[in-house]
Amino acid sequence: MLKNLCQRMFGRSLWVYHANSGGCNGCDIEVLNVLTPYYDVERFGIKLVGSPRHADVMLCQGPAMRATARALRCAYEAMPAPKLVFAIGGCACGGGIWHDTYAVLGPVEKVIPVNFYIPGCPPRPEAIIYGVAVAVGLVDKKVAPVEFKQLEMPIPRYHPADLSGRDEMVVYEKVEKL
Amino acid sequence: MSIASKLKEAMVGLKAGCVTLDYPAQPRPVAENFRGRPVFDAQKCIGCAGCANNCPAREILVFDVCQEIRILQYLGRRCTYCGRCAEVCPEKAITMSHDYETATNKIGDMQQRLDLFMSTCQRCGRCFKETSPLETLKLKGYRFDDLAQERWIFRSRAYLENEPVVDDLKIELD
Repeated sequence: MLKNLCQRMFGRSLWVYHANSGGCNGCDIEVLNVLTPYYDVERFGIKLVGSPRHADVMLCQGPAMRATARALRCAYEAMPAPKLVFAIGGCACGGGIWHDTYAVLGPVEKVIPVNFYIPGCPPRPEAIIYGVAVAVGLVDKKVAPVEFKQLEMPIPRYHPADLSGRDEMVVYEKVEKL
Repeated sequence: MSIASKLKEAMVGLKAGCVTLDYPAQPRPVAENFRGRPVFDAQKCIGCAGCANNCPAREILVFDVCQEIRILQYLGRRCTYCGRCAEVCPEKAITMSHDYETATNKIGDMQQRLDLFMSTCQRCGRCFKETSPLETLKLKGYRFDDLAQERWIFRSRAYLENEPVVDDLKIELD
């Protein structure tokens, strides 16, 4: 339903506003790299605007810091109503390397609701384009949570009875199933 | 004069061609030594939790359910793909894949969870002696990270909470 809504609301063009709330500028450079002619996202109608009041999409980089969380919240509230938020980079998705220091509140989703996540440190420009393509419905997302279970021991086990030794020699025998 | 210069400009423009990548339609391969998201191999993993101790972002959580089963959970939220987990892994169970197209609408999609069998000591049935403060810093023993809150808890014990402690049995290691 959200996907259909996104396609209907944002079908023509997305105007993006990029807000750095305390990142290291690496994701900023990758976002600006996306806007260059090499990875030309203006063919999808994406345009960088300077004010959140003109924007449909907010690209958040950097964690929600104690000093900038309020400004981030104000910028989010200044955007007109059908709005999307992208969290770009490991800081915006999960709080970054310094997630437990005093100045960092945590990921961006603690302050504003986030619709799409693009993890990476920094994500490749292709990964950012892929996230935008997932948002407008051009491609499907590839990742899914994975759960593994071991069925047998990865290392050979030896039976305790064999460790006592016969004829003053310790004999190790591999037991298939214990 | 101006028409000639315009024509020359048009010729230059035609000669240059198009540099824009046709990315979402065409796949874009990465370099050979590119580090993407790590992939855990549950068949090779022995559950030593060296990756969890070496992760600078504290992204790998370890929780010991009982003596035999250990849960190792990779969150992938703030992973910087530094590759230290793959470097430290003694069994080469972690490989840094070339997978970078990880954009998602739920951050829980990045998780990988491994349920591992842990072997007990085959002489005494238990693995650990009482930890010294230095060994507590190295986080040997049973670990109790908070999987529900996705928090890394800096604590490890020689005994599980629910298991009876056998004091008369002195275990000699080393």
